[in-house]
Amino acid sequence: MSRKPYIRPVPKTSWYMKYMKHDRYKRYMLREVTCIFIGIYTAIIVLGLYNLSEGQESFDLFMATLRTPGALVFHLFALSFAFYHSATWFNVTPQAMPLMKGDDFVSGSLIIRVHYAAWAAVSLVILFVVGA
Amino acid sequence: MSETRTIKIEILRYRPEIDSSPVLQSYRVPCPQEWVVLDALDYIKNNIDSSLSYRWSCHMAVCGSCGVMVNGEPMLACKTFLREMGDTVRVEPLLNFPIERDLVVVIDDFLENLKSLKPYIIRKTEKPVEEGTHLQTHAQLKRFKQYTLCINCLLCYAACPQYALNTNFIGPSALALAHRYNLDSRDEGYAMRQEIVASPEGVWECSFVGACSEVCPKHVDPASAVQQMKITSTKDYFLRFLGGKR
Amino acid sequence: METIKTDIAIIGAGGAGLRAAIAVAESDPSLRIALISKVYPMRSHTVAAEGGAAAVARDNDSLEYHFHDTVSGGDWLTDQDAVDLFVNTIPKELTRLEHWGCPWSRELDGKVAVRPFGGMKIKRTWFAADKTGFHILHTLFQTSLKYPSIQRFDEFYSTDLLVADGRCHGVTAIEMRTGQMHAFQSKGVIICSGGGGRIFPFTTNGGIKTGDGMAMAYRVGVPLKDMEFVQYHPTGLPMTGILLTEGCRGEGGYLLNKDGYRYLQDYGLGPATHEPRLKAMELGPRDRLSQAFWHEQRKGRTVKTPYGDMVYLDMRHLGEKKIDERLPFIRDLAKSYINVDPVTDPVPVRPVIHYMMGGIHTDINAATPIKGLWAAGECACVSINGANRLGSNSLGELLVFGAIAGRQAAAYARSEGREANGDVARDRAAAANARVADIFRRSGGKERAADLRTSMARALEEGAGIYREEESLKTSCSRISELRERYADIEIKDKSSIFNTDLIYTLELGAMLDIAETVVYGALLRTESRGAHQRLDYEGRDDVNFLKHTVAYHNGSAPPRIDYLPVIITKSQPAERVYGEAAGGAVEK
Repeated sequence: MSRKPYIRPVPKTSWYMKYMKHDRYKRYMLREVTCIFIGIYTAIIVLGLYNLSEGQESFDLFMATLRTPGALVFHLFALSFAFYHSATWFNVTPQAMPLMKGDDFVSGSLIIRVHYAAWAAVSLVILFVVGA
Repeated sequence: MSETRTIKIEILRYRPEIDSSPVLQSYRVPCPQEWVVLDALDYIKNNIDSSLSYRWSCHMAVCGSCGVMVNGEPMLACKTFLREMGDTVRVEPLLNFPIERDLVVVIDDFLENLKSLKPYIIRKTEKPVEEGTHLQTHAQLKRFKQYTLCINCLLCYAACPQYALNTNFIGPSALALAHRYNLDSRDEGYAMRQEIVASPEGVWECSFVGACSEVCPKHVDPASAVQQMKITSTKDYFLRFLGGKR
Repeated sequence: METIKTDIAIIGAGGAGLRAAIAVAESDPSLRIALISKVYPMRSHTVAAEGGAAAVARDNDSLEYHFHDTVSGGDWLTDQDAVDLFVNTIPKELTRLEHWGCPWSRELDGKVAVRPFGGMKIKRTWFAADKTGFHILHTLFQTSLKYPSIQRFDEFYSTDLLVADGRCHGVTAIEMRTGQMHAFQSKGVIICSGGGGRIFPFTTNGGIKTGDGMAMAYRVGVPLKDMEFVQYHPTGLPMTGILLTEGCRGEGGYLLNKDGYRYLQDYGLGPATHEPRLKAMELGPRDRLSQAFWHEQRKGRTVKTPYGDMVYLDMRHLGEKKIDERLPFIRDLAKSYINVDPVTDPVPVRPVIHYMMGGIHTDINAATPIKGLWAAGECACVSINGANRLGSNSLGELLVFGAIAGRQAAAYARSEGREANGDVARDRAAAANARVADIFRRSGGKERAADLRTSMARALEEGAGIYREEESLKTSCSRISELRERYADIEIKDKSSIFNTDLIYTLELGAMLDIAETVVYGALLRTESRGAHQRLDYEGRDDVNFLKHTVAYHNGSAPPRIDYLPVIITKSQPAERVYGEAAGGAVEK
């Protein structure tokens, strides 16, 4: 009798269901899904720029559309997903970009905190610039 | 000694000469406080069914033989305590590998991948033994030490959904070992490993699910190695346009 | 049966086998190497060695010191020419490993660090935290991948050496994934198959340590030497027998009895100093420490637990930082397996079967009496370990003699090594195949391998423990003989060809019974106490009658024929083994 290794099937359409039983894969898929919202948000910005180039009237219409409840709900979603994406990314930066100081690695939490601080600082600057 | 409870162990069995696909078989085993899953497998093998096949040796989580799925999670059978489990425990062969028989899986793919990454010190000129050892500072050692701790148990491959979809992926453990040599102050083989590391089947197949690092029993954190190699590979790519070398 | 032609066949891909394979490949890249192992190389038991490997590395140390520590540690049963060669070669071997990438722990200046181990006058144990064997094995395995002439046959269980006219023509092995027998026809064979600690019930040894290679050589007429010398490691965890390295004591850990008293000072190892003193107290040799435990147990000063009597290994005073840096694996093992954190609590431990000083009789070149057959590592007995191996000499031994065996075999294959005699090899392989097929196909037998294994282990523990005496040894001898008879009546229930571990375990049991018999008979006939062989009825060393190696010859179904060989003494005449303050060991700050 010769060998007959058994390869467990990986259904192309539903393979991830097996994984989705575990929280870690749910968290991962959630992170991946954030890109859809961020993508759409980027498209909206581009559309806004286009409208701006088309003149005041066009831009006003664009801005008015942004104030509709649907657009507000979307932006709320997009913002929370952007937060989620940023937070999950910052939390793995010590893995992707470890730093050594002397004989030891810089603590992961410090690297993460610096990222958050930089994020806050940049946001504040933008808020300041835009506000002004 | 506390009273010994009895539990049900369900094992996904595959006997190639009999079964066309794997089948679950249940056994009742005692479960003393200090027993691990491997002790239960040994109990079955020695007392109930001598035909059960599985790999094991050291019983101290260092030889890497006994990786199995326990209740759906990749674990070392010798370090997974039954006291932390319910009354039914399901044991299956490691996911994402072909099943040779019962809990024994085929790992040829991993060994090929590992070899392709040249996991050994490569130097332009060999240092003669008479010249003694290299100096290596604590910082230089620490930089790669974590990645030397891989026991090749392959739990990370069983946890990786990318490897599930595409077994051409070189995979976490092998890549972590390539990174280990890249980071070693004694090594000069980075460029020779890049051919595989930076290939589509190399680091770029990884989407940073991070499951490999979560299941790693030795805290090797292969995901971090892969991300770091993505960064160096990206740098290489752009530096090439600037005519620079790494 | 499939036939594979090769130049050198190596049985076992642990530290010794891999080192031998690399040595052959470096000697002559044109030689074909078949590296045959019943497990993947990285599963081999070298992986479990923790503490380190000894080699003179510092100006305050000398080869002479290493020589004398080893010879006196072995109670003068060591062959001194071999020890000389060993201590001279090992620094180079460890340096090579460093060049191959072994992550040795370092001093602040970047030099390889050394730690003290039991029975050594000056600290000289190179270490990679507390996973030295693991790192050595993986370094060798990964390095072996660069040699194209090394062809691996992973998960091939070797069954028989093909020997005719005093010459070895190859080996047969079962490919476990197909069940198919393969005949490796080769010019030379190197056995690197490890020890057989699994003949005992309570051991640090992994499940694969079943003495297969020892038994294979024994069955074709190579004597097994000094098999009665089996080492108890003083510090194993309860129930599992998981090893806690001697490095725990090298770093300064204490052994305490139930009253918190450092009892070793009562056994000629004192005085108890706060800082570790080399060759004293906890840094005494393993045989003395395990024997001290036995005496404490008799005096009722050990701790009673559900898993037997224990003493405590106390590392609390080392502090968390040092434990995490030097002994991280130990902390993990103690926490995981017995829920004790060495940082905050003393760890219960007891002596546990660890290492076989005896093995396949070889000369200083790792050659057996059969032409074309070498042996190295724990399966072999050169002998550098004598009656008691010093901690951190075994990793060194497998490197030094693995490399020597590889180079010797390569030279032999190039010069006088003829192609294996095909007809003879085929003949022997057919006989081997028939032997295994008979065991496999036998039906109607009443015995189960698992039961026999349990009985064997019990017989060994009861007869050949830390202290032995005639009556219990005689009982063990007859029980092992009886088990060998019953072995013929085992029925293997699993009839599958594919990864049939029922068959493999049964073949392993056959090997274990063979070597177990040499242990108990060797012990019965050695009516003296030396090193790890302590007789209650024959106290004290008897150099007049027993300064000689035991050699056990296979004798069919009858018990082994026991003979003796002289010990090679060059510059160190047998004397009293001195430990404690009088040994003049340095004090570690």
